[in-house]
Amino acid sequence: MDNTAEVQDREDSLKGVGCSRKRKEDARFVQGTGRYTDDLKLPGMLFADMVRSPYAHARIKSINKEKALALPGVHAVLTAEDLKPLNLHWMPTLAGDVQAVLADEKVHFQYQEVAVVIADDRYIAADAIELVEVEYEELEVLVDAHRAMDDDAPILREDLVGKMDGAHSTRVHNNHIFNWQAGEKEATDRVFEQAEVTVKQDMYYPRVHPCPMETCGCVASFDKINEHLTVHLTSQAPHIVRTVVSMLSGIPESRIRIVSPDIGGGFGNKVGIYPGYVVSIVASIVLGVPVKWVEDRMENISTTAFARDYHMTGEIAADKEGRIKALRVNVLADHGAFDACADPSKFPAGLMHICTGSYDVPVAHLNVDGVYTNKAPGGVAYRCSFRVTEAVYVIERTMDVLAQKLGIDKAEIRRRNFVKVEQFPYKTCLGWELDSGDYHTALEKVLNAVDYDALRKEQQEKRTQGELMGIGLCTFTEIVGAGPSRNCDILGVGMFDSAEIRVHPTGSVMARMGTITQGQGHQTTYAQIIASELGISSDEISIEEGDTDTAPYGLGTYGSRSTPVGGAATAVAARKIRAKAQKIAAHLLEVSENDLEWEVDRFKVKGVPGQEKTMKEVAWAAYNNVPEGMEPGLEAVDYYDPPNFTYPFGIYLCVLDIDKSTGETKVRRFYALDDCGTRINPMIIEGQIHGGLTEGFAVAMGQEMPFDEQGNLLGNTLMDYFVPTFVETPHWETDYTVTPSPHHPLGAKGVAESPHVGSIPCFTSAIVDAFAHLDVTHMDMPHSAYRVWQKVHELGLDKRA
Amino acid sequence: MAKQHVSFKLNGKQVDALVEPRELLVHTIRETLSLTGTHIGCETSHCGACTVDLDGKSVKSCTVLAVQADGSELKTVEGLADAGGLHAVQKAFIEEHGLQCGFCTPGMLIRAYRFLQENPNPTEEEIRWGMSGNLCRCTGYQNIVKAVQTAAKTLQQA
Amino acid sequence: MIPSEFEYHKATSIQDAIAQLGAHEDAKLLAGGHSLLPMMKLRFAEPPHLIDINGIEELRGIRLEGDTICIGAMTTENELIHSEILQQHCPLLVEAARLVADPQVRNRGTIGGDVAHGDPGNDHPAVMLALDATFVLHGPGGERQQAANGFFLGTYWNDLQEHEILVELRVPVIKKGVGHGYSKLKRKTGDYAVAGSPVVIELDGEVCRDIRIALTNVAPMAIRAEAAENILRGKVIDDALIEQAAAEVLAACDPAEDLRGDVLYKSHMAAEMARRSIRAALLQARG
Ligand SMILES: Cc1cc2nc3c(=O)[nH]c(=O)nc-3n(C[C@H](O)[C@H](O)[C@H](O)COP(=O)(O)OP(=O)(O)OC[C@H]3O[C@@H](n4cnc5c(N)ncnc54)[C@H](O)[C@@H]3O)c2cc1C
Ligand code: FES
Ligand code: FES
Repeated sequence: MDNTAEVQDREDSLKGVGCSRKRKEDARFVQGTGRYTDDLKLPGMLFADMVRSPYAHARIKSINKEKALALPGVHAVLTAEDLKPLNLHWMPTLAGDVQAVLADEKVHFQYQEVAVVIADDRYIAADAIELVEVEYEELEVLVDAHRAMDDDAPILREDLVGKMDGAHSTRVHNNHIFNWQAGEKEATDRVFEQAEVTVKQDMYYPRVHPCPMETCGCVASFDKINEHLTVHLTSQAPHIVRTVVSMLSGIPESRIRIVSPDIGGGFGNKVGIYPGYVVSIVASIVLGVPVKWVEDRMENISTTAFARDYHMTGEIAADKEGRIKALRVNVLADHGAFDACADPSKFPAGLMHICTGSYDVPVAHLNVDGVYTNKAPGGVAYRCSFRVTEAVYVIERTMDVLAQKLGIDKAEIRRRNFVKVEQFPYKTCLGWELDSGDYHTALEKVLNAVDYDALRKEQQEKRTQGELMGIGLCTFTEIVGAGPSRNCDILGVGMFDSAEIRVHPTGSVMARMGTITQGQGHQTTYAQIIASELGISSDEISIEEGDTDTAPYGLGTYGSRSTPVGGAATAVAARKIRAKAQKIAAHLLEVSENDLEWEVDRFKVKGVPGQEKTMKEVAWAAYNNVPEGMEPGLEAVDYYDPPNFTYPFGIYLCVLDIDKSTGETKVRRFYALDDCGTRINPMIIEGQIHGGLTEGFAVAMGQEMPFDEQGNLLGNTLMDYFVPTFVETPHWETDYTVTPSPHHPLGAKGVAESPHVGSIPCFTSAIVDAFAHLDVTHMDMPHSAYRVWQKVHELGLDKRA
Repeated sequence: MAKQHVSFKLNGKQVDALVEPRELLVHTIRETLSLTGTHIGCETSHCGACTVDLDGKSVKSCTVLAVQADGSELKTVEGLADAGGLHAVQKAFIEEHGLQCGFCTPGMLIRAYRFLQENPNPTEEEIRWGMSGNLCRCTGYQNIVKAVQTAAKTLQQA
Repeated sequence: MIPSEFEYHKATSIQDAIAQLGAHEDAKLLAGGHSLLPMMKLRFAEPPHLIDINGIEELRGIRLEGDTICIGAMTTENELIHSEILQQHCPLLVEAARLVADPQVRNRGTIGGDVAHGDPGNDHPAVMLALDATFVLHGPGGERQQAANGFFLGTYWNDLQEHEILVELRVPVIKKGVGHGYSKLKRKTGDYAVAGSPVVIELDGEVCRDIRIALTNVAPMAIRAEAAENILRGKVIDDALIEQAAAEVLAACDPAEDLRGDVLYKSHMAAEMARRSIRAALLQARG
């Protein structure tokens, strides 16, 4: 074996960055020994179940618990009245509002929590909630966000009457939450007035739900003797939960332990803090026994964490060649009855101002108004960074509309407007600094791969035969990795993240992070980062997360922040260890530090073959033979506050055929090229992309949460709420380019959310494209067969000879 | 309501339990018998997370009463591996990255185990049809299809 | 989603089941349980007694008696799919069963339960209408036979009398010159039909001697589209006639609006499903 092969061999054996390493976590999952919240059973544990409102807006006239309390096995029935003395009937939301834990005099949305029953088991609890008698007086319901600020709109939040100072701005109506703007209004308007071409498109991004396979739940356990609270719960942000619980309960954080065990998918659903958690904690403190609450699927879809619900208008001013001169976006955001959005504090519309997309936009203005309606609170980032999905949707849709108006191909118009490779780092007119990108190369790669010209030709032929074929394109830029604490915090805590790494004397490693995996495979990928940095095989590296007693403080996992922030912290902590190791190695080899060079897993004395120390040897020495004055041990902590977000991008192309007689769509081809910078584990990346594309498909083609005029949510089971099966899900083709992030220690950007964010406008683009020759410029989601057929029928395309 | 005695074979072992008539089999398995590999994802017979093998057939245990399982033979994900190690479907799911959060996985595995006995040499389309009672939110199914194909190959060679 | 309390009884024979229905007030039969248990979990149904008929051997199995196929009420969807008798002699039932729910549900759900339940979304009632099936019913007063035509009276409402059990479903074997077709539009696997239409055509040479067009989920119960049938009966069916028949199907629909679609969409889809089924049945009938 020659030298390079030997080095390569050692490198491969590390299973470090770039390796499609099999997942560490799988062995237990495939044997059914994963440990999810509902799997936990503690001695004496009771079960909580919610009494929920059948009405969307009503005054509670009375609550009678007697019959429920008389049922054997029922321990308590709690209402807002009972929580009042503890001042826990309302709780703060992450968005600076308050939310009723249990309805206080009024219900504001259907299925709102009105009372909680604590019983021996879930069967008795289910019986008991039927026995709680609640008398309601129905009130006028506000469902339509466009009506929220009308003079005669019903007042929803009586607790806010007269409080016109909102958390984010002055409120102009009692149903108004905030107004938020970015960019330059006047300058933008001026460009529009003088532009050669302008387009304007209204679009509604429907209210949807992340709907992970596991619903939300918790087990709260208060130890009265030691005044110590342990809560196992389905949370994507356990440390934040601990802080909030401490603030609410007055128990010091040191006596609260929050554990996020295995989580059956999050997708944004498990960022928030829900009434179910709070009442379980209260019940456990009051009753002195563990209390479990697990929502069922209907409760999950109806009450915890909707996403989107943005009424948007996109406008572009351009020249005749299609070069963008200005962008204007207006949003009416339906936040439901309480503003419980999970956004960084400063940004009530999340990172919506990334809506300039991948394009060189000289000037722009974004205006967002948030309003209350009689719907469940939420507004989470469903597999995306705060509102990026909405931002990408509005710009990509409006770009298509512009292309159509000018008769320019939609690939060509993007080519003309992309930020060019030499412009990076590129400062957008709305204030972001895109770190790196090469959009043109990626676009050409995709167009060649699918033979775009041939597809267009085929479509031309199909159209002459009256068939509907659509080609969709989306060329998106994401913004992930929240985030620099100068612009991102949650409840005042900066959005850094952390890693703590220990190298044991024998050279194995234990590391703990402030993030929490929900299927992303952190136990696998973080170990790969450390392996490459320290030259220790990832098989000898254990990763732990999710237990606030042991893990360093972190903000958790959502918004694709784990790799950009947690991964960076891991790399930096590992580098601190390597720096110390180098000193020890120099001491062992009796040379100066600068005489050493690093090679895969060892330090070598430059130019002296054979004079070397492996990391394992150094680890041993760290515990018995360190240079004078150095403290023994080999460990490091890093709290990483990223200098910037990272900006992954992608080019997606979709080809579909529409059956005119039923409106059914067949996705013939979906080609997804992603650039997430350095690729840590290609196998996991590909898996994340498949999953994200499938969720995007679900959103675009079927997911919605429709309400009737009384505010009843229609369709809150998996029969109606669209989660595609094996049969409906298309086959995905994936591809990539690599444009590393210049500021991330590994050059990695984060990927899991791109496919969701990017695929949704791509599907709409394809559906609309099928009708584009008939002057259709936009169709709102979901593109269910029913909706598509309505368009077919409206255009008379289903007429028979 | 008076509890009834039920007795069945679970993963090869005879077990007994006292259940209310209305008790759903999934709760008996998870709570009374403490085998928590079988999950609950929807409670409306749509997701398949609760799939178990009942007398040689895949069923959704959230929609079977425990009393109906009296005298039957049941297999759950915990019964797939044996002294020889993991079952071919379990190995294939790891090999092909057929799982992410793992929540749907036990149901997928126990269904795949039965499906490959019903159809030992399936096409991709047959796999998609035969597995269509199980939902997954994470993987997009593509790697699960691959895993079932891989397992089919292994089982055929054995 | 937990059912309220009930008493559970196992029936050992048809007679025993009838007796138990008589002995326990408001008792319900438990067949595959895949319509009943979901309703009980949502507490839309709260029967105080369940009589489990899964242990009754007489209710199972498929046999051929001359030109008639006799299907035990407790035959599951998957048993229908895998029955060689049906594959050979009644492909419509196999096709329809393949489009019901998903693999796991098909292992539990029974054809008898599907017919007896009364949900307009169930597939088998319309299939039974198209096949001109006969039901064998046992009750306290003994056995009777009832044609499928006339059995379905409304949503959760049929001609089952008090304490009666559906024991067997009888359908004719497919003969030369007869063709079957089933088309069903659904939002996704595991969903009920937006609209479905089973069709049976009997040809005499090229002439349509008889035709039955039935419809799933576009009326309070499964229905026959008789006006459409009348257009085709006695004729040589061509595209123009199919269009006329489709128009009659559309007119016959009276669907409930829900998330699957409004009246217009569902009616058009019923017409489209009927078109497809007529074409498929014709093709098969012509051999
Ligand atoms: C996810 C899902 C999807 C589904 N999709 C479809 C679909 O696409 N198409 C479709 O047709 N069905 C569908 N179903 C329903 C399923 O096929 C049911 O199994 C069927 O409707 C009822 O049959 P069962 O044997 O389960 O009856 P049960 O649920 O046990 O009983 C239903 C009713 O019929 C009565 N009953 C049962 N058997 C008899 C008898 N022999 N005599 C008299 N009364 C009797 C019962 O008392 C009860 O009132 C679906 C169900 C689920 C859970
Ligand atoms: S929990 Fe049983 S099918 Fe979903
Ligand atoms: S792996 Fe998460 S639901 Fe399938």
